[in-house]
Amino acid sequence: MSNFTPISAAIGGGLIGLSAVLLMLLNGRIAGITGVFAGLIDPLSSDRAWRATFVVGLIAAPLTAALLGYAIPVPQLPTSFVVIAAAGLLVGFGTRLSNGCTSGHGICGIARLSPRSIVATGIFMFAAIVVVAITRHAVGG
Amino acid sequence: MRSLASLLCGYVFGWGLFISGMIRPEKVLGFLDVLAIPSGNWDPSLAIVMAAALVVTAAGYALARRRVPIFEQQNQWPAQTRIDRPLVAGAALFGIGWGLVGLCPGPAIENLASLSPGIVVFIVAMVVGTLAHDRWYARGTAPEAASLAHATAADG
Repeated sequence: MSNFTPISAAIGGGLIGLSAVLLMLLNGRIAGITGVFAGLIDPLSSDRAWRATFVVGLIAAPLTAALLGYAIPVPQLPTSFVVIAAAGLLVGFGTRLSNGCTSGHGICGIARLSPRSIVATGIFMFAAIVVVAITRHAVGG
Repeated sequence: MRSLASLLCGYVFGWGLFISGMIRPEKVLGFLDVLAIPSGNWDPSLAIVMAAALVVTAAGYALARRRVPIFEQQNQWPAQTRIDRPLVAGAALFGIGWGLVGLCPGPAIENLASLSPGIVVFIVAMVVGTLAHDRWYARGTAPEAASLAHATAADG
């Protein structure tokens, strides 16, 4: 397990939890990126300002890390834009249909012991594991 | 003040994804690749990230349940409890997309900082997928601004 980074994972996870707690204590909102994002891009949304600043903060984090001398990570993605676009469509549609993603269901929902979120997280984890097993191990990759 | 508060929350969230390495799709895929366990190349980091986030969130929510938020009238806890078909189908579709590239919405948006062309393609597709649900699919199944009801009553 040479890639395992438990200490930075625990610190980073703690910060994600802190963010979720602060958003509830300050604004009374669930820190679910799906809901934040959807309410931001919906043309009929009337509650955009706090969502926009949340997204700005999210993007500002790696940019300020760059000012401190860290490299902005360049994500390793599939070379095919068709695969990337298909994945983006599935993530966008799927998270809206199930009302949440890794943050809203996986963290905020499970922290509330919500049965919906526990089921959703189990399903999306399982589906993703199956897809990775196929793409990495069955399709010559 | 609400916007400043959420700016801070987004910023802390972003640092959490950055420090934990979850901003990097290749690290997320390293966790999802459970067939790498026998060879010793599996990366369990994502499980530690979730565990740490859950402990902090559960403790903080216990506190938040007994208070009113500082900049709002009341906490907006999700009200839905039914395990229904949209929940199951949506989670499955999301999981397939997540497994294909290793990006879920938070890290995808944060990666816009890199201005990598692949991320831009992913975000545009994610916007299309989101609007396809909210504007056409949900509108077709439930009248009267279903998307907005969704946006506020969402689990996340």
